[in-house]
This record gives sequence, C-alpha cells and structure tokens, in this order.
Amino acid sequence: MSTETLSPPPVTRSSKPGRSWASKLGLQLVAVVVAVAIWWLITTVLASPTSMLQDFAPQHAIPAIGALAAQGVLFPDIWTSLWRLLVGLLIAVVLGVVTGLAIGTWQSLETASRPVFQFLRMVSPLSWAPVAIGLFGIGDRPVFFLVAAAAVWPIVLNTAAGVRSIDQGFLLAARSLGATPAETLTSVVLPAIRPHVLTGLRLALGIGWVVLVPAEMLGVTSGLGYEILNSRDQLAYDKVMAVILVIGLLGSLLDALARRALGTGNRQAV
Amino acid sequence: MGTVALRLTGATKRYGDNAVLDGVDLDVERDGRLVVLGHSGSGKSTLLRVLAGLEELDSGSLTRPDSADGRGAVVGTVFQQPLLLPWLTVRDNIALGGRYRANRARFDAAHVEELIDLFGLRAQADSLPAALSGGQAQRVSIARVVAVRPDILLLDEPFSALDPATRRSLQLWLRDAATALGLTLVMVTHDVDEALYLATEVTLLDGSGRAAGHWHSDTPTGHDDLADHPLRATLLAGYRSQLGAAAAS
Repeated sequence: MSTETLSPPPVTRSSKPGRSWASKLGLQLVAVVVAVAIWWLITTVLASPTSMLQDFAPQHAIPAIGALAAQGVLFPDIWTSLWRLLVGLLIAVVLGVVTGLAIGTWQSLETASRPVFQFLRMVSPLSWAPVAIGLFGIGDRPVFFLVAAAAVWPIVLNTAAGVRSIDQGFLLAARSLGATPAETLTSVVLPAIRPHVLTGLRLALGIGWVVLVPAEMLGVTSGLGYEILNSRDQLAYDKVMAVILVIGLLGSLLDALARRALGTGNRQAV
Repeated sequence: MGTVALRLTGATKRYGDNAVLDGVDLDVERDGRLVVLGHSGSGKSTLLRVLAGLEELDSGSLTRPDSADGRGAVVGTVFQQPLLLPWLTVRDNIALGGRYRANRARFDAAHVEELIDLFGLRAQADSLPAALSGGQAQRVSIARVVAVRPDILLLDEPFSALDPATRRSLQLWLRDAATALGLTLVMVTHDVDEALYLATEVTLLDGSGRAAGHWHSDTPTGHDDLADHPLRATLLAGYRSQLGAAAAS
C-alpha cells in the first residue's frame, strides 16, 4: 500500500557508520582512476602517434574544457541545453500526468490505448526528427518536441501505475466526506501518486538528457550536441571529448539532484 | 428521542440474482443508537452504505421524515478500516473534510482542536498515521467524520479489526462521545455484546436480506452487566438459528 512507498529508506543512509561511507567513496575513486588510466592507455600508449585517437586522450581533453570555457561557448551551450531539457520535461510532465491519470482511472481506456502507446514507445524519438524540423522549423522547438516525446512515456506509465495503486478505500472515504470528483483528485489522488510521478520524472530526466544531445545535432546552432559536431568540423577532437565529458558530468549531476529531490520529496510533514 | 431522522421503506438491493436486502423497513430515531446485527454476508454493510447514500436502492426508498421541522440529516460514515491518508498528520486527517466545499458551512478549525482533545489524540496530533496503534487510528477516523458535524454517524464494524481490550475501551468511549456530541448513531456489527452495550435499538438481520426482529434495548452500565442482559438470550438464539441455517444450506 502507499504507506510503504511513502516511507523510503533514507534512514539507512544516515544510520550507516561513516567508515563504510568513506570506504565506498574510496572504492569509487579507485574505479574512476582505473577508468581514466584505461582511457589514457588506449588513447596515448596503444594508439599510434599519428592516430586521431591521440587527441581524445585525457591530457588533451581535460584542458580543452578550459579552452571551450575561455572561448565563451561552454557555459552558453550548457544553459541552452539545460533550458531545452527543462522545457521538454515540463511538456512531458503536463502531458504525461494528464494522460497517466486518464488511463490509470479508466481501465477500458488503458486497454484501448495499449497497442498505440506500445507502438509509439518503441519508436525512437529521434526518428521523429525530420517530422519535428519540418513541423517546427529550425530552432529550439523541434528539440523541445524530441525531448518531450522521449520523456513522456516513463511519466505516463508511472502516473498510471500510481493511480491504479491508490487504496480504493481512500477514495470512498473522501467521497463519503462529501468530496466532489475534483476535490477527490486534489486531496487524495494527486498526493497519493506523487512518489510515482517523481520516479517517472527521474527516469524521464535520464532519457531526456540522452535524447537531447543527438536532437541538438539536427537543426540547431547551439547547445552541447551542436558543440560536438562543431568541434568535429574544426577537427578539434580534444574539444569533442571535452564536450562528452561535460555531458556525462552534467548528466550524473542532474540524476544525483533528482535522486535527492525524490528522496526528500516523500518525507513531508514529519 | 422521538422523531425519525432516516427511514428505509421496502429497501431492496440485488447483486446479480442475489438479493442482499429484500424489503427492509428501518427507522433511525433521532438521538438514538441503532445497532444492526447480522453475520457476515447478511447485507448489513450494504444497508449502511445505502443509508450513507453511497449505494442506490433497486427498489424502496430512503427518506428523511424529520427534515421538515428544520433538522438536517447530514450523514457521516466510519468504515471498518480507518482509511487515514498516510501523507497527512493526524490533525490534517481530522481536518480533511474542511477542504471540501460541501462541509464549508459546518466546519471550523477550532472544532478540530476540541476533537483532538475529546478523542485523546493530543500527543499524536502531529504524527503520521503510520505511527498510530489500531485503536488510535480508528479514533482519528471517527474524529475525521465527526469534524464535519454530521447529524447521523454511521459505523461499519469500526472495531472489528481491533483486539478485545481496545475494542471494549472504544465501545465505552464511543457511547460517551456520542452522548457528549449529541450524535445519532447507526452501527452495524456481528458482535452481540457490542450491540447490547451500545444500542438503544437493535435490529437483527435474518441472513436472507430481511429483518428478523427489532427490539428496544435498555443500555447496560458496564460490560460486566452484559451477561444478564434480558435481550442477550433472544439475540443469540436468533443468531444461532441463522448460523445453523447458513451452515445447512
């Protein structure tokens, strides 16, 4: 029942002794060092001195982040990409929650929509890129569309699952207290599905971020995805690798933030 | 006592071919405590839901005879499970009805605080339902209904999930609370002693959707007096014959 989903286990995090936390961090640090070492080994030691792989080496790529920043393109690109992600996600949340509420509430609608949704879900959102550019032209809007098209599904599915898992007794209790359907929605349904929607949002954020970069390679002239292509066209492979690093770091950061928001978001009114 | 707040006439309710209620007549007297007694599947929960307006009758009628002299018949229902919203504190759960437009004229926040004290929930007022015992949770759920100031309080076996000791203390408490708040009570239960302890009127359902009898009951003072209650043998006999019939069929 919802009591279980409403009390996530963050307690265990704080109750764990500091030493195991430190040793976990130590292990992860070791893994990062090993990964960088492999990266260096492949690009610097194993690759022939004339290979373009040399440019991808950590000793070139990491300083290239600074070069991109000095050039004045890095931060505008980051903001542009984050803005597109945010707008795409907002569209996905609005459409996804409404759709999820509807198919979670009416079983027949869920049954009816299943094949269509299944079909749409299995089409890579990037396949829509030509359609999106044709429809919305060059600029931010096709990117919003593609991010939203990718991010909407986890929100729809989690919202619908949330609605179906609501204790029917809660709805009966609200109704017997004189709640109208709209009041039941705001006082019972929406708070009850909140943890599910947040889980969907976190998944949506990950998918949206993954789709954002290739979406920015089509029909826009700014953003991190565009910067990868732009750097490649200048044969600046160190910068290509630098943007990839930034994308990975930002993505991890966003996911960590979402995870945190999700963890504390459930512990209201304690 | 005297006037009739709710009246069922010839109430019939079917699920498929199965008649759960079959021409039941029932008067809920103002300021009384009516207990409807029946074993599981005798239609008592359905009867309560009909009185609550949560279920439509197939035939027969539900009327409010004394509403003509200006007395309302706002009905509040307490269910078998407390059904507290787990994300709200005890106080916010009790105040839930105040968020609905239907109750706005009757609800006030100060009354919630009075109820928290009257129901002995002051120490738990800021806790979440997960931290409550079964008896506390059921008290909160009764307080939540009482907070919208119903004229008639319907209870669907509210104590059946509780241990016997908690059950007894809540029966005692409910009787006092109903008197203190001037509530008309309708409770369904399968527990003869619970019925005798709380009731001023008892209706026994016969297990086939009809009423087997209706008695006026003198309220005993304590649980210890129940064994000698004049109505106890009658009710138990009626009850046993049904159980025998149910077992035979």
